Amino acid sequence: MSSETGSSKDVSEEHLPTAQEHGTVTVADDPFADPGLPAHEPRIQDIDEKAAKRSERTVTLLFVLSSLATVGFIVSFLLIPIDKIVYIWPFGHVSGLNFALGWTLGLALFCIGAGAVHWSRTLMSDEEVPDERHQIAASPEVKAEVLAEFRAGTEESGIGFGRRKMMRNSLLGALALVPLSGVVLLRDLGPAPGDKLRHTAWDAGKRIVNENTGLPLRPEDITVGSLTQAMPEGLDLHDHDFHAQIAKAAVMLVRLEPDDIKDEQSAEWGHEGILCFSKICTHIGCPATLYERQTHHALCPCHQSTFDLADGARVLFGPAGHPLPQLRITTNDDGELVALGDFAEPPGPSFWERG
Amino acid sequence: MKKLSARRRHPLAALVVLLFALAATGGLYTALAPAGEAKAEASDSSLAIEEGKKLYAVGCSSCHGMGGQGGSDGPSLVGVGAAAVDFQVSTGRMPMQAKGPQAPKKPKAYTPEETAQLAAYIASLGPGPAIPESSAYNPADGDSAKGGELFRTNCAQCHNFTGQGGALTHGKYAPNLHDVEPRHIYQAMLTGPQAMPSFPDSTLTPEQKRDIIAWLDAVNTSESPNPGGFSLGGFGPVSEGLYAWTFGIGVLIAAAVWIAAHTAKARKS
Repeated sequence: MSSETGSSKDVSEEHLPTAQEHGTVTVADDPFADPGLPAHEPRIQDIDEKAAKRSERTVTLLFVLSSLATVGFIVSFLLIPIDKIVYIWPFGHVSGLNFALGWTLGLALFCIGAGAVHWSRTLMSDEEVPDERHQIAASPEVKAEVLAEFRAGTEESGIGFGRRKMMRNSLLGALALVPLSGVVLLRDLGPAPGDKLRHTAWDAGKRIVNENTGLPLRPEDITVGSLTQAMPEGLDLHDHDFHAQIAKAAVMLVRLEPDDIKDEQSAEWGHEGILCFSKICTHIGCPATLYERQTHHALCPCHQSTFDLADGARVLFGPAGHPLPQLRITTNDDGELVALGDFAEPPGPSFWERG
Repeated sequence: MKKLSARRRHPLAALVVLLFALAATGGLYTALAPAGEAKAEASDSSLAIEEGKKLYAVGCSSCHGMGGQGGSDGPSLVGVGAAAVDFQVSTGRMPMQAKGPQAPKKPKAYTPEETAQLAAYIASLGPGPAIPESSAYNPADGDSAKGGELFRTNCAQCHNFTGQGGALTHGKYAPNLHDVEPRHIYQAMLTGPQAMPSFPDSTLTPEQKRDIIAWLDAVNTSESPNPGGFSLGGFGPVSEGLYAWTFGIGVLIAAAVWIAAHTAKARKS
């Protein structure tokens, strides 16, 4: 190839690019110059007085409508009875008062907003005015003046360099101690729980009471596949600490076919297949009583912790850390179900000292 | 006749003969076969049991066994009682369409008479809860306030505070109780269908069951008042907050964008 065309240096003149004329390329002074704001464009209301009048009427109408809606709100408040139920498609059977108050108040607020927006968009000046940025730093004179004053202050007070150290240090000590009062006051947030989390209202011989009827339960009341919510006897709804007690002592009773119970200790702690578990979830204390009779699972509605009541309430799924504590039960001389003692472990969520 | 015999070798002749034969067979069967729906006398319980046994053998025995003893595909029906049969069959849950985690409500497959016959047969297998009298579940006689308290203690964990239903494990769920007949609610509490535990009279007295029905009648039927309008599933502040934050604020953002996107200038660019 090279023998036919010759060296690359031997290019004929006509194939070479024409020589560049050496001149100056015109470049803008500053390629990133701020183009500035675009020229102001008028709105139709700026040009046409009729259109401006129209806008004014629209805005006035919106404000008048808002006033009427407020009057409507007051009138509906006075006239509509609070228990009046009306059928309004597609909402269904709704409270007439709620409905009227909501719509009138909503309309009143909306019309004020819409009127204000329309006013500012069509009638107020829409000329854009730039406001140039300026240096944030203070001028050297101001800086020098402030520093000089500061130094004079430290000199005069003696806090600064060398003199009156003891006074300064005692002030620092006092300032450091003041927040301690706040810390000490935290102690008044309440008495420490002590061993309250470990004990419940259950005790040996306490009868198990049906939460629905308030009557003591008997073994024959609990059928296979049923679910019974229960509590210890002696809790009164009107006691001041009722909720503190029931929050620890609430239980559920289920009855399983004896062959279905997989955990020997659990079966022994029950009575003829009747098992009594704390229903307070060991995660954060929701009532875990979503009992499925076919699988013997109890779920917690809050975080779906699943306990196998046939296997000592073992945790099958979810964030719960412990099985639901089981209450040891038996029958008394009258044939009523009673507890054999308190729970063997604290019911409800884990806490720091429990480990 | 000549015309007919002339066309007996027509390509469609065989098809015509077949259609005639099918029509004749069907017609004869309809005319001669015994009446499909034997009307049982309500008074004659043994006859109802007999009829129920026949219906059972056809529609139920493949899963529940010939004698109702149960099997790998279905539980034993001995002792479930007439109430359980009436609930399962008249809400269409049984017979099941296909095996699955839950038998959902669907159009019923049996007439009320047939359901009664099936219930009579199953009740004859062993003692169980009977179909309640209508006075036992009349919502007008119940105390809805007490019922609400009982509902929150015993039912709300699965069915939600106002009976809107909720999810369970592995595809099972507690159904929404909207517009469910009071009789079916009563029977469900009494018998505990599927995953639901039962609430026998020793746990929840008949009066308390009626109170619960009165509560559901007050809060979860098409006629129940709902003062706030949209209930958003009745889940309380979570769904309401979600609605306000997504839909409410979404609408505000869309309105703001709409206002800014429409220029007020006379010359639109």
